[in-house]
Amino acid sequence: MSAVPTWAQLVYLLCAVGFILALKGLSGPRTARTGNLIGAGAAAVAVVLPFVYLDLDHLPLIIGAIALGSLGGVLGARRVQMTQMPQMVALFNGVGGGAAALVALLELEELGHLPASAVGTFVLVATAFTVLVGSVSFAGSVITFAKLQDLMTSRPVVFAGLPVAFAAALVGSLVLGWLVVDATLLWAGVALGVMGLLVGVLLVLPVGGADVPIVISLLNAFTGLTVAAGGYVLGNVVLLVAGTLVGASGTFLTLLMARAMGRSVPNILFGALKGNSTLGAGEASDRPVRSAGPEDVAILLGYADRVIIVPGYGLAVAQAQHTLRELVELLQARGTRVDYAIHPVAGRMPGHMNVLLAEAQVPYEQLVEMDEINGEFKHTDVVLVVGANDVVNPAARTTPSAPIYGMPILDVDQAQQVVFLKRSMRPGFAGIENELLFDPRTTLLFGDAKESLTKLLSAAKAL
Amino acid sequence: MTDGMVWLTIFVLSVFVGVEVISKVSSTLHTPLMSGANAIHGIILLGAVLVTGQTESTPTLVVGLVAIVLAAVNLVGGFVVTDRMLQMFTRKKPAAPKEAQR
Repeated sequence: MSAVPTWAQLVYLLCAVGFILALKGLSGPRTARTGNLIGAGAAAVAVVLPFVYLDLDHLPLIIGAIALGSLGGVLGARRVQMTQMPQMVALFNGVGGGAAALVALLELEELGHLPASAVGTFVLVATAFTVLVGSVSFAGSVITFAKLQDLMTSRPVVFAGLPVAFAAALVGSLVLGWLVVDATLLWAGVALGVMGLLVGVLLVLPVGGADVPIVISLLNAFTGLTVAAGGYVLGNVVLLVAGTLVGASGTFLTLLMARAMGRSVPNILFGALKGNSTLGAGEASDRPVRSAGPEDVAILLGYADRVIIVPGYGLAVAQAQHTLRELVELLQARGTRVDYAIHPVAGRMPGHMNVLLAEAQVPYEQLVEMDEINGEFKHTDVVLVVGANDVVNPAARTTPSAPIYGMPILDVDQAQQVVFLKRSMRPGFAGIENELLFDPRTTLLFGDAKESLTKLLSAAKAL
Repeated sequence: MTDGMVWLTIFVLSVFVGVEVISKVSSTLHTPLMSGANAIHGIILLGAVLVTGQTESTPTLVVGLVAIVLAAVNLVGGFVVTDRMLQMFTRKKPAAPKEAQR
């Protein structure tokens, strides 16, 4: 790499510090937005810097490409609905990983022109790592995107030869990686990238829908490490620090999320391969349940002193957050105590429900986290479960064979009455039946969450 | 210290910083944090610019430009979408008490 002037190195260092401050800010509710802006500022400065101290070729094309990508990014970010946030993160992560892999391939091509003695082994190892893991991250993210966007089934995809194919792809990657390191062969690097795509696909296919968010977080950490390795290859400290920060914090965040779901990361990735992640029925059951009309439910709610709402992804899909808030405000105005119980993984990824309810302007004091509210269900008259299923499924406590077994759940089964607003009897994202639906204290109100809530609201007003 | 050791040192220290700065995050912020961290690794755009600006042949130029487009989507889109989410967390604070009293 050509020498970087000292002043530019100092600016790079400042940018690296900016990223640390950004992450620090993002982890606190009051500082989060500022943190994000600091990160964006640091990134902008770091990207502009080489235009200042280097005499770059192809300037118009480069600037055009940046403008094009930025435009795409902004359009995507503006248009995406909050319910689709996990897919969006997966997609952004994937293209980042892909970019890193391409950068490493270009650098490999460059290194191929140098005499072998001038190129360090570690640089080549880092190059091969970037190509491989960047491709894994790209392909894996595309599959998670397809799963979340319902372009393909969200259930685990397993076929007979999958473990063998996966092992073969890993061995192939090692061989190709060795060729890259040993002989600086460009074709081996390209083949390594293709192999990485295969590994990424095979890695994510067997992961069940409910676990996909954890995989997104893990792939996010992968991309971070890829960028760090790319930074080492290019001799750029900002890339190294920023990539490592994301890699380390992403890994930590993945473990936090897995713990909140009562799952272990290896089990998520390889559970389906070993065959111990039993798949649920995935179909509607025809066992008898007790269903009721909106008027009955309105009476139930109207005479309750203590109500807890459990919102789930179904609420957000129906865009019914605003109607729900109106209903809650009506009940509160009549003296009922109402809180929202927020499971850590409510929605499609940890913290997703908080974002969705914030969008509907629900005051965050009313959002109570699982650990705080679980003791309250005993003293609760009615629990209203809106479009949630897995996070209240007692199978997590009672059925060791269930894929969600061990996940901490909201103890709604301890309440006097439970009302489910559901579209149909189809099981939740994890694909397992919920015994609570058949409990004598449970009432079901079938229909689209928004329609049901609108009817419920007018029935409650008429009381 | 040799060059390699310097890089290794920076790497190891960054790992600890990365874990330390987010160790106290509440689950409320998991989604924006993931999205924000995701945006930060879009800084590979810098790497893509460095490589593309010093390349000579047409095929490598094309690959470099593709990398730049992809990285820019990651970087810019990531920060914008994170800001959109966080905006909703802060905006409602003043509005909320009034609505509740109505």
